[in-house]
Amino acid sequence: MSDLAMSDPVLSVRNVEKSFGGIRAVRGVSFDVRKGEVLGLIGPNGSGKSTLFNCILGQLPPDAGEVSVNGRNVSGMRASELNKLGVGRTFQQLSVFPKMTVLDNIILAGQEHHGTMLSRLFGPSDAGLTEEAERLIAFFRLTHLRDELAGSLSYGQQKLVDAAMAFMAGPSLVLLDEPAGGVNLTMLAHFKERLAAYNVEHGTTFVVIEHNMEFVMSLCTRIIVLAEGAVIAEGTPDEIRSNQTVIDAYLGG
Amino acid sequence: MGARSLHGAWRLLLIVALLAAAILLPLGQKNYFIYVMTSWLIFAIAAMGLNLTLGYAGQISLAQASFMAIGAYTTALMTLAGWHWLASLPVGLAFCFVVGLVLGYPALRVKGHFLAFVTLAFNTLVFLVLRNEEWLTGGTYGLSGMPRPEFGSFSTDKQLPFYYFTLGVTVLAALGLWAIVRSPWGRAFKALRENPIRAESLGVDTRRVTLLAFAIGSAYGGLAGALITPLVQFIDPGSFGLAHSLRILLMVVVGGAGYFFGPFIGAAVVILLPEVLRFTEGYYLIIYSALVIVMLVFVPSGLIGIFGRLREKLWPKRQVRADMAEGARLP
Repeated sequence: MSDLAMSDPVLSVRNVEKSFGGIRAVRGVSFDVRKGEVLGLIGPNGSGKSTLFNCILGQLPPDAGEVSVNGRNVSGMRASELNKLGVGRTFQQLSVFPKMTVLDNIILAGQEHHGTMLSRLFGPSDAGLTEEAERLIAFFRLTHLRDELAGSLSYGQQKLVDAAMAFMAGPSLVLLDEPAGGVNLTMLAHFKERLAAYNVEHGTTFVVIEHNMEFVMSLCTRIIVLAEGAVIAEGTPDEIRSNQTVIDAYLGG
Repeated sequence: MGARSLHGAWRLLLIVALLAAAILLPLGQKNYFIYVMTSWLIFAIAAMGLNLTLGYAGQISLAQASFMAIGAYTTALMTLAGWHWLASLPVGLAFCFVVGLVLGYPALRVKGHFLAFVTLAFNTLVFLVLRNEEWLTGGTYGLSGMPRPEFGSFSTDKQLPFYYFTLGVTVLAALGLWAIVRSPWGRAFKALRENPIRAESLGVDTRRVTLLAFAIGSAYGGLAGALITPLVQFIDPGSFGLAHSLRILLMVVVGGAGYFFGPFIGAAVVILLPEVLRFTEGYYLIIYSALVIVMLVFVPSGLIGIFGRLREKLWPKRQVRADMAEGARLP
């Protein structure tokens, strides 16, 4: 565990248990995620991925065990506090602000991290973030859509805006909830390439929940497979692909 | 970019023209006309406040008239006790701000129709307090004889000077609201309206933003009330009942919720149209209601939405292709 060569984990999940009524959704899961890692969480429906995800986000208090981000216990923390702690996230469903421009969407994602409540009332209307937002918009190749209403973009484009928002505040950890869902192949390749580039450039840690195996296997550096609330395998994409338990439980012949 | 600044220039020109009209129109008119214009401005202020709470921040409130009441009674009691109107104003505004903050708390738990009922109950509560606490409010007889403010040699006792005084306050109130909605706060309000869960996940303290939306919107209601007192010089609980909250809501919806100038148009329709339709005598309410229904069916985004539609027709915007090749600007 205490390998001195390794940095402190960005995310640490310790013996997390969570039951709903008689159903044990998560059964004693533990893992660490270190800086710069891209961790994939996969598993069949009902395997406890989403419950675990919600525990990591502080939305569901675990019955036992602990989740900490950058050394702080996140249980019961409000989403805005967790975000200020350096956690960005995307949602399974599209989550942009449809009647605001792309630029305003991105600025909003950063403004609460700048100054105080009062300085935001009396300061500049963009909170001094236009340039930074434009850089991020350019990074995701959305510059030509800067002034469009986010709700008027295509599904894939909105996914990119959604992801860009998660990065705007310079988080140390980003949780991506089924980023590939509903995105067509060409757009998906572009999306994956951008995510990987962001990870390399900024050393941001990702945790990805995803059903699209192709996407997970090529984006992630490490994968954890859940089944019936427990970890059944952990390893590099190649190790997971050839793991017989995983093939039987999830990937199929 | 060019089209954008051109649009801005047109808007500025329109504002200057409307302001000039607001200054020149009452000149040489009868007192009654000026009185109606003044109440238009006052209700526009109340509607501006509700537009912030409902139009920008997405929190329904059926209690705006009760904040007008709080502002009106505070001003009335203080000016009757000999205070200057200017001294009573901050007290009334602060009172409304605090009560608005408190009314915001239920909004942290209940949304939509349920919130509408909570605020409706609050309006009724304020009405009952005003009616029953006779020692303070004069009960059903209300309060009368409040003086109009004087500023040095500028007396607002006559109708026209009072109109200009109200116009000045309205312009200041509008500038204040403009500063709020174009600041990061305005962005946070809109984010709360469009997707509160996403906003919270991006660090927006949605609890605080919700409370502020109520508090600021309520303070605008209080400002309108503080102006009603010296305008009418007689107030009673019946002037601030639920029906009046619904009227203010109608102004916001008819004008265009979430549009900065919507309340001015909405208040004009709700206050001025009955006057215009006066010649139809008994039929006026029928015609009025029919017009509102037709409007809500055909232009649900409010009258100001018509301008947007016209602009789309006259100057169609280049449609950005939503398909792949251009959509993602793939290399």
